[in-house]
This record gives sequence, structure tokens and C-alpha cells, in this order.
Amino acid sequence: MPTIDLTAEQARDLRALASAIIPPSSAYGVPGADDELIFNDILGSLERDREDICRALTQLAALAGGAFADLGPERRTEVAATFRETGGAPLAALVRVVLLCYYRDDRVMRSLGQEPRAPFPKGHLVEQGDWSLLDPVRARPRMYRQVE
Amino acid sequence: MAFRGEENSMHEKVDVLIIGSGASGAAVAWSLADTRMRILCLEQGDWVKPTDYPSNGRDWEARLFSDFAVNPNRRARPTDYPINDANSPIKVVNFNGVGGSTIMYTAHFPRLHPSDFKVRTLDGVADDWPIDYATLEPFFAENDRMMGVSGLAGDPAYPPKQPPMPPLPLGKSGTRFGKAMNRLGWHWWPSDSTIATLDYDGRARCINLGHCTPGCAQGAKASTDITYWPHAIRAGVELRTLCRVREITTDEHGMASGVVYYDAKGEEQFQPAEVVIIACNGVGTPRLMLNSVSARFPNGIANSSGLVGKNLMFHPYALTYGYVDEPLDGNHGPPLCLWSQEFYETDPRRDFVRGYTFQFSRGVGAIFEAIVSSQAGRLPWGEDHHRVYRKLVNHRIGLSAICEDLPEQHNRVTLDPVLKDSSGIPAPKIDYTISANSRKMMQHGIARAKEILAAAGAANICVESPILNGGWHLLGTARMGTDPERSVVNEWGRCHDVKNLFIVDGSIWVTSGGVNPTSTIQALALYIADSIKQRLANLFD
Repeated sequence: MPTIDLTAEQARDLRALASAIIPPSSAYGVPGADDELIFNDILGSLERDREDICRALTQLAALAGGAFADLGPERRTEVAATFRETGGAPLAALVRVVLLCYYRDDRVMRSLGQEPRAPFPKGHLVEQGDWSLLDPVRARPRMYRQVE
Repeated sequence: MAFRGEENSMHEKVDVLIIGSGASGAAVAWSLADTRMRILCLEQGDWVKPTDYPSNGRDWEARLFSDFAVNPNRRARPTDYPINDANSPIKVVNFNGVGGSTIMYTAHFPRLHPSDFKVRTLDGVADDWPIDYATLEPFFAENDRMMGVSGLAGDPAYPPKQPPMPPLPLGKSGTRFGKAMNRLGWHWWPSDSTIATLDYDGRARCINLGHCTPGCAQGAKASTDITYWPHAIRAGVELRTLCRVREITTDEHGMASGVVYYDAKGEEQFQPAEVVIIACNGVGTPRLMLNSVSARFPNGIANSSGLVGKNLMFHPYALTYGYVDEPLDGNHGPPLCLWSQEFYETDPRRDFVRGYTFQFSRGVGAIFEAIVSSQAGRLPWGEDHHRVYRKLVNHRIGLSAICEDLPEQHNRVTLDPVLKDSSGIPAPKIDYTISANSRKMMQHGIARAKEILAAAGAANICVESPILNGGWHLLGTARMGTDPERSVVNEWGRCHDVKNLFIVDGSIWVTSGGVNPTSTIQALALYIADSIKQRLANLFD
């Protein structure tokens, strides 16, 4: 598993936090954001946000008083809730990377009824709609101001 | 001081040198090509291959946050330059490459209205333009043909016009909006759009990739790299990429003599020219002019009025959106397909002057929805995340008020004293505040948008006002006018101070109107090119 610039402890905390943000759901048949495939994608996608994410994880460890991943479930929930309130821009960057990796996972996309594919070249169908809806607008008088 | 090119004549003098290959640079290059003059365009970016666009890959949404981010500071490609926008509630959005910001626009293509050119006369604010709608009308039509506009004739909000292609589909969200607007008795109309709905001039028709803003892999969206440029190059115009212009030089007579630029290898070059045309838009143009200092022009070239960089207008965007019960189109299909101009013209019963366009949004992608809803606190962490998310994704329906920004001199582009681009050229700094008039207009737009959303059956209404990364429209920083003390260029785009220097981009706008500006920017560029052609015999008189 690539760790980029994160320490092993930060990577563990990130994975635990990802699970706190999006846990697995049997009801919807989807993995959590700590799923191995998804988490590897997260670690490989830090790029422009790496510094912010490292900063966020430092904040998280401070709030947790140590490794967030080592906390019990109740305390984890408490710390995560506090972190969500106070994490600011570094946390926003972290959450953004978690979400963009989670919602491009094939299993997750299928669970949403979406095809896991690039938009090109197949594209999508969009219905034309009923153009007679415009009839009352067509009947309106000129709206723009006349300029001499 | 002699530059390298001046010493060894590395580059032959050209008749016309255009700086920037975007919306206006491409149009002016194409129009001037039929003169058979030697025309060269320098572009700091490169060609973008259709295969490079995000919609080719599975990471198509993620790339909106990296190499196809709309904000150049976030995108930070080698071809971008940084912008200090810390002192602005609206951040600049642009793209640097062949096609300029037409690579990165939504292709929404309204024109200014006739009243927009007579703001002082009609409403007693700002200034009238020295030209009018009728002057530009043939150039609007020519540009519609060259860019390939889809739309529908008969809009009562505009003088008659005939888009060459049929409109984009309404889809589920457009139908819902249409019914809502009819219920309220308010104007709506299919947008003019530069997305091809038929095969057109070598471009394939739209197949609803839905991810139009960061470039169209299908080639249905008209960016100037696939519209004007192929024609201009075939007609003999030279387009030199990865060439970043540092300054415009002048000779002993105060005429523009050429430009100093850095080539693809980063080496300094001098390119002499008889005529120089700036097409870098409302931030890039004043930046270049302010960087072009000399003994004759100590405050920047053609800046005797002191107005270069001043009167920056953005169009503050007030976005209002909500969620409906049934799934809509999401990101399938071009994001914008309808407008309303119900509140466009000044109404003395309101507490503001001028007005705005509503543009209706079809929907957003799955990742974008998750990120925005998380940031807004709508999307919980933990067990309930999945249930809530499924009520949001593909259920969004929204609209933005594009508010007219009036010119104010304190809204400006200057040179940052510290920040520089990778070539060492001072970067632009933006100082901008939203006026009281604009704020009232935005509030009005939000209130009306809430009524529209309610009529469309939407709940959980959310507002983003202004849109932070909403500085798409960069206008007014080298304004047009007949008085050299109150304007930078004359009524046909020539700088008052330098008679062989022209500006053809959004910086010459006198007022901003309340519409996306690309159509009018390009019509202006064609009009200025035509004015140059009409005056070739006495261009510098």
C-alpha cells in the first residue's frame, strides 16, 4: 500500500476517519471509504491536497490525544464530530479526496444506478421535452427596451 | 536597450501581432486573414488535445479539482500564471491554451441587449458605450455562424435573431422549470449555446457527455481552437504556442514596435510588428499593459488616463438550488439549457438599477454533489450518510442570477509587488468588492429564485452568493470611449495613446450587462477587425 508522504500512523488515522465519514452499509450493499481498493485510491490521489491533509491529520491526532485509529467507537464518534466542526480548510481538502475516490468506485456507482464508465464516447440520453410549453412565452409582447 | 531579436533579427517583422488566442484573439485573427497581411498570434498556453479532456476518463469529475480546475491558482499548470485574488470575494476563473477560456466555459451564449449600450441615457448610471447594438448586430450574426450556435428564434427578450442550429433538449429539469415559469407567468427561453446540436463545420453533434465546462471530448462545444483557428490557420495566420509575452515595446515615436516574450524553452525573444492587438481579457490585458513601462509610458503603455486595470467587473453570481423528489438529469447533458430575462431591464419599482439573467442548471455529477453537500453540512458522516446522499444525488435543480456589475474604479487589477509567474513576470493582483446595488440585485434574484424553485416543487433550498469561484467574466479594465481622459481605447478599439495598438477583449467593455459575455466579446472583436480593414490606408491617422 503506498503511503505517499503520510506516516504509517497518519495513514491509519486517515483510514479510520474515512470509515467514520462513510461506513460500509449492508442496507445499500456498499463498502465503506476504508475499503482497501477505495483507500488505495485515496492514498494515490492526495496530490495538490497533500499538505492540507497532513495538516488535518496532525489536528486530528491532537484532538484525539494520540492515534485516532486507536480510539474506541464512542470516543471516535465524539472526536470526529468535533473535528468536523473545527477542521476548517485542511479537513475540507481531506473530505474532498475521500468523497471523490469513494463516489467513483464501480461498486458504489452501480449501487446508485450509474454506469461505471467515462462519459465519452457513449454519452447519455436526454429527453427533448415538450416544446409547446413555450407557447405562452412566444405570445408575449417584446420585452427588451427600445433604444433610440 | 536592445532585445535579442532586435540585435540579430531572429524574427521578421509581422504586419499584425495578436497576443492571446482565446475568444477574441481567434476571431480577430480569422477576420483579418483575408487582408493577406502577415499575421502572427502568440499564445502562452498550448494546444489541448480532445483526448486530454476529462470526459475521456473515469476520473472525469476528480480532474475538476486538479489539472482542469477552473481556478488557475488551483490548476497551476506550467502555462498558467498565478493571480493574487485574496482581496476579492469572487475568484478569477480562466484557462490558458489555444482557445483560451472558451476551453473552460459553459458555452452559454446570450448577447448584450440594446439597452446595455445606453446605460447612462436610460438609467443615469455609469456611461453609455460609444457604439450600439445595431452596430454589432451583423457581427453577432457572423460570430453565431462561425462558433455554431444552437438556439431558438422568437425570444421576446431580444431583437430578432436566427441561431443556425436547433436548441439543446429540455430534459427533465428543463421541463420542470418551464412549467414552473409558466405557472408564475415569467419569461423563459431555450438558451443560445455554442454546443452543436447538429454536425456542424467539422464538429460532431452533442451526445450529452454532460461534462462540458472543462472541454468537450466530442468536439460539440465550440472552443475557438476548433472553430476560428482551423479557418484562420488555413488562411495563412501563424499561431505560435507556449510563448508568454512579457511586455509590449515602443519606439521613439511612441508607437508599439513589438513584444518581448519567452518562448517554449524559456528563452527571451523579440518579435517586431507594425500593429499589435491585445486579446488577453480583463485580467491578462491590464497585467500586460501595466508591465509594459517605458520613459514615455511610466505607468504602463497607453495609460495616460490612469484607467488601465480599473473598473473591473465580474458579474456576481447568486446561486439558489433545491432538491425534488423525482430523479432528474443530473450531469447528463449540457449543464445550461435555459435562461430567463424576466428581471433583466431596469424596473423603477425595485431598489436597484439594471438587472440580471437567470440561467437554469440541469444538475451536477455524483462527486460534485457529495463534495458540495458535505461542505454545506447537508451530508452527514456515519450511518446516515448513504440514505441522505441518495435523496440528493440527481435530485438537484438550481438557477443562478448573473447580476450586472457596474463599473467602479476601486475594483481593479494591479501588479502584485511580490508574486510572479514561472517566467518571472509580475502577477496580477485583484482588489474587488461587491457594490450595494449588486447586493440588492443578488438578494432580489435569490428571492425570485426561491419562488421559482417552490413552483418547481423543490425543497431544502440552498444559496451560494456570490459563487466563490465565479469570476468567469473579466470586463472593463481598459474601457472604450471617445474621451481619452475617460477611456483607454476609442470607439473602434484603438488605444488613444498608441495608434498602432488595439484591444479586442472583454477589458474594453464600458458596462457589463447581465449576461455571459463571450458572444459580445467576439462580436466586438469582429467589429474592430472590420474597422481596421476599412481604415487600412490611414489606420494610424
